[in-house]
Amino acid sequence: MRALNAGGLGRGGRPQGAADAIGRARAEGRAALVAYLPCGFPSLTASIDACRALIRGGADVIELGLPYSDPVMDGPVIAEAATAALAGGFRVDDVFEAVAELAPAGVPIEVMTYYNPVFRRGEERFAGELAAAGGAGLITPDLIPEEAGAWTRAADGFGLDKVFLVAPTSSAERLRLTAAACRGFTYATSTMGVTGVRSSLSELARPLVERTRAAGADNVCVGIGVSTPEQAAEVASFADGVIVGSAFVKRLAAGRDVEALAAELREAARP
Amino acid sequence: MSQMPGPYFGSYGGRFVPEALIAALDELSAAYEAAKTDPAFGAELDHLARVYAGRPTPLTEVRRFAAEAGGARIFLKREDLAHTGSHKINNVLGQALLTKRLGKRRVIAETGAGQHGVATATAAALMGLDCVVYMGLEDTERQALNVARMRLLGAEVVAVKTGSRTLKDAINEALRDWVTNVADTNYVFGTAAGPHPFPAMVRDFQSVIGREARAQMLAEVGRLPTAACACVGGGSNSIGLFSAFLEDGGVGLHGFEAAGDGVETGRHAATLTAGAPGALHGAKSYLLQDADGQTIESHSISAGLDYPGVGPEHSFLKDSGRAVYRAVTDAAAMDAFAKLTRLEGIMPAIESAHGLAGALTLARELGPEAVVLVCLSGRGDKDVETAARWFNL
Repeated sequence: MRALNAGGLGRGGRPQGAADAIGRARAEGRAALVAYLPCGFPSLTASIDACRALIRGGADVIELGLPYSDPVMDGPVIAEAATAALAGGFRVDDVFEAVAELAPAGVPIEVMTYYNPVFRRGEERFAGELAAAGGAGLITPDLIPEEAGAWTRAADGFGLDKVFLVAPTSSAERLRLTAAACRGFTYATSTMGVTGVRSSLSELARPLVERTRAAGADNVCVGIGVSTPEQAAEVASFADGVIVGSAFVKRLAAGRDVEALAAELREAARP
Repeated sequence: MSQMPGPYFGSYGGRFVPEALIAALDELSAAYEAAKTDPAFGAELDHLARVYAGRPTPLTEVRRFAAEAGGARIFLKREDLAHTGSHKINNVLGQALLTKRLGKRRVIAETGAGQHGVATATAAALMGLDCVVYMGLEDTERQALNVARMRLLGAEVVAVKTGSRTLKDAINEALRDWVTNVADTNYVFGTAAGPHPFPAMVRDFQSVIGREARAQMLAEVGRLPTAACACVGGGSNSIGLFSAFLEDGGVGLHGFEAAGDGVETGRHAATLTAGAPGALHGAKSYLLQDADGQTIESHSISAGLDYPGVGPEHSFLKDSGRAVYRAVTDAAAMDAFAKLTRLEGIMPAIESAHGLAGALTLARELGPEAVVLVCLSGRGDKDVETAARWFNL
């Protein structure tokens, strides 16, 4: 399947979005693997190399984190990696450089960023630079659709994905609103809490995915506290994609390779 | 204008938080809206303010202090005399009553100087709520007295070791706790910042400062002040004071931020003076940030003002020109701290000393006919160690 996308460009000469990649995984009878790593950790080049390893391991979508000074949705593993990246001199420009390096592999790159770096740069300029680098879109954990007017206009103008989050506490009305605002996929947070490795998958995940689908979402991927092949298999039984972050970051922080874990998770993510 | 309900104050405010918190913010907004129009809630809060917090707090004219500024009259609104030693009690009593209405059993709070943490721990003790206070590690060291007070009151104090280890990081950690425990936990936010409904709600609970002060000026002095002054960190005592005077065109509104070592040195907390609009801790407002939108760490001798953000209504008031904001250095604040202590026998919190220093400058500028009202937001007992070091005692 991957050969079909050599060059990394989809319709209209733009990079393909996450929906295409999730659809291809579905056609193969599995859930998509959405793999997260922060840009600039432990260094810019090392983070690009690690993302390449995720792609070799079979990640269907790369979620590239933009390190931010105040990451309120992140637990200690990812927060400490962000702090280290910033201490190492990370700049927002580095994300566009990393995206440009990675995009030709043909796997969509979604940048995970808190809102202020986007607002500060200007939504239009941010979207333009991301699109020019070949990025697929943004995942915005502290931006709700009602506050996202400027980002929505910019993303629509450049054909970028807009991934908003839903939570177990989201009302049916908010699930409809959020599902309608998303392009690419809808990010379902499996539990109430911040990113991090947990021993078991939250029982809140499955009903949230079902409610989000009923609210009109085509592609629902589950993240927060998904780290093992067992958890990935469980998520794959009811969701369109499995989002894994802290487990990769932990491995990278320990100086270990992330490719094997990506391959294991991809193989496990079958219903 | 005094009743701007949020979520927006011009282009500022809003809700820039994870979706997981939206249901809780909606629930809190609804509970607050219902409480606002419920006479029983108002009566209970007024009763507690009177018999528990010691309101109304007096208005004190400080003649010897004012003589330092060339003859203008200076009046202090004595929030330092409120229970727990600062204006923070006004807000936490309101939010703790709301917590009970929500049926929640646990409260969390952030604190910088420890005044809001002490006030929250106090209200939690009074109402039988579990209480966890997040405080930056650096602040637990420079405000050790307040850490001990919170623990004696039965609160758990968590020393936050991430980031700059001050108020900003305490708020991050409190937000992480809230995302995780929102089902049984209410976040008692300490300042007029954060996501809606906090900026409007905290202002409303603190507006008692301005209402009382305005009535006292009219009854005891026979006129409104030329200028109303307060220190601004997140901005809760100042917005509480300002809110009563917004429609009084003849009353200048003056906020004084922390200039730390001096705004030009980069080591300061003068958000409105030197910041730019951005989104932090749930709201759009002025913010100390770099070109990439990363928050810049603030610096101030005052833990309570050591914050790189500010409440959104202040950003609106700055842009509209209705309020004027200036910055006061550590040195100027400590000079005013010494003057009020020595000349009046009133030891102010170092936060409040920024407002006093600003008032001295302003009184000189306005001349001997001016009548200057200053919110003395807290007392200085907690700062004795810092002050002793500063003055080499």
